[in-house]
Amino acid sequence: MSDFNKSSLSEIVNLIKSKKVSSSEITSHYIKNIEKGKKLNSFITTCFEEALKKAKEFDNKKNFNGLLPGVPLAVKDLFCTKNVKTTAGSKILENFIPTYESSVTHNLWSEGAILLGKLNCDEFAMGSSNETSYFGNVINPIGKDLVPGGSSGGSASALAANLTPATIGTDTGGSIRQPASFTGTVGLKPTYGLCSRWGIVAFASSLDQAGPMTKNVEDCALLLEAMSGYDGKDSTSINKKKEKYSKNLNQKVKGLKIGIPKEYRIENMPKEIDSLWKKGIDILKKSGAKIIDISLPHTKYALSTYYIVAPAEASSNLARYDGVKYGYRSNKGKNLIEMYENTRGEGFGDEVKRRVLIGTYVLSSGYYDAYYLKAQKVRRLIKNDFDKCFKSVDAILTPSTPSSAFKIGEKTNDPISMYLNDIFTVPVNLAGIPAISIPAGQDNKGHPLGLQLISKALDEQKILNIAFAMEKSIAFKQSLNRWWE
Amino acid sequence: MSIDKNQVKKVAKLSRISLDDSKLESLSKDLASILNFVEQLNKLDTKKTEPLSSVVDKTLEPRIDKINDGKIKKEILKNSPDKNEDFFIVPKVVE
Repeated sequence: MSDFNKSSLSEIVNLIKSKKVSSSEITSHYIKNIEKGKKLNSFITTCFEEALKKAKEFDNKKNFNGLLPGVPLAVKDLFCTKNVKTTAGSKILENFIPTYESSVTHNLWSEGAILLGKLNCDEFAMGSSNETSYFGNVINPIGKDLVPGGSSGGSASALAANLTPATIGTDTGGSIRQPASFTGTVGLKPTYGLCSRWGIVAFASSLDQAGPMTKNVEDCALLLEAMSGYDGKDSTSINKKKEKYSKNLNQKVKGLKIGIPKEYRIENMPKEIDSLWKKGIDILKKSGAKIIDISLPHTKYALSTYYIVAPAEASSNLARYDGVKYGYRSNKGKNLIEMYENTRGEGFGDEVKRRVLIGTYVLSSGYYDAYYLKAQKVRRLIKNDFDKCFKSVDAILTPSTPSSAFKIGEKTNDPISMYLNDIFTVPVNLAGIPAISIPAGQDNKGHPLGLQLISKALDEQKILNIAFAMEKSIAFKQSLNRWWE
Repeated sequence: MSIDKNQVKKVAKLSRISLDDSKLESLSKDLASILNFVEQLNKLDTKKTEPLSSVVDKTLEPRIDKINDGKIKKEILKNSPDKNEDFFIVPKVVE
């Protein structure tokens, strides 16, 4: 058997299409990897029996279509999967078995993919290190004591360790791009409305977007194509024709105008991040792109805006966890109100409680205008900054994160220092525009670092193409000795 | 901006979250530091700025008033922690 650990998603698709390997062989390979990778704690639920059964069914078919024929995939445990436990990393949903399928995962199975299991994540996607999950920390395959980033930490860890050929995550403030950057993988947050939110456990509805996490840019284009598309069940879904991202993928960068925002050169930024950024700029210059200095003056207000808007929406969204219709219920309490309070007090973890409390506070009488309305106004200013810049540039290049993966426990005592991780990723969510993070180098400890490309709404093809060209020049290599096996 | 233990208790009540008294101290510290952090927005003049509540530039589409699923009572009740035939069971509300 050939070494599928070196194969990309696109290569696996071709191997299956040309009948060089069967879906059953590939599926068994990944199941073995998952069994050997338990130390990483990247999975909450596995569905091996069902996956092997589906793979066999696929292999018995004479004809097949679809972008992901017989390809086994694991997904973040925030996507509702019919008859498969979906926890959102929370005790309150520990035993929740959806009776329906999220639109995005439905799209993947329609293209031929097979579910391998559900991946660990920060509780309700609230976190930047996968340390808030009820199901425990996820380990970064880069190093035993490192966080994989978050909230899609299980997705990033499983992908980097080859426990799944590709995966999907969700990104509310950086939850795809930051873990991708921390694990040397590719992650894309699409335009708000490109991928349906229906059936995804909601965190902050005006910011949440699902997106692909893959080993390379070609895979990223393929998976985005498979998962995206209009959905009448999501009222903010964009009604437009499906794009053929993988077919239209090219490396033409010549003549493109790339903006470099001066506000992203933050105080105390490690030198390595700065030189990585310069390296990216040089590569684009050499490829014939025009580099233009730009200004996004309200960048420094993005995190504050985010930490009002996101908790406010979360406090409303999480009101549904009342111990009545589904999920955990406390057996303590003399009346209905006490049952609610104890259910939520016992069912939610500390970070979720913090955010629900902050959200409730900023929405409460007397504070609404000062906090929530103010943040919505600043959100407009942040979006206006981007709109203005995209009149003169095709894309924007920035670092993905202000540091490489940090140590487990390093930032858990100080919420603000944890929040600062998302400083380069949050503005994109507030503006509803797409961005991709690609691995671009390593720091002096050998930990991967990512660069981020941002475009205007619905210009995913452009950033995929630029990322594709940069990926070739960077020729990022990461060899892991599979210490976890 | 400071937020004391009583305010935290009040917000917890509004949020329907029971809190251990032992956690009030550290929570009020955390919440205060977050509120202090977001306070910087007040430096910006937004008198003439319209709030942005959605980045999707469209009005909600009306749809035909027709049931397109339904008859899923069993499924809806399946995940309930306590049920009786067609009903969710909750602690007694009316004496």
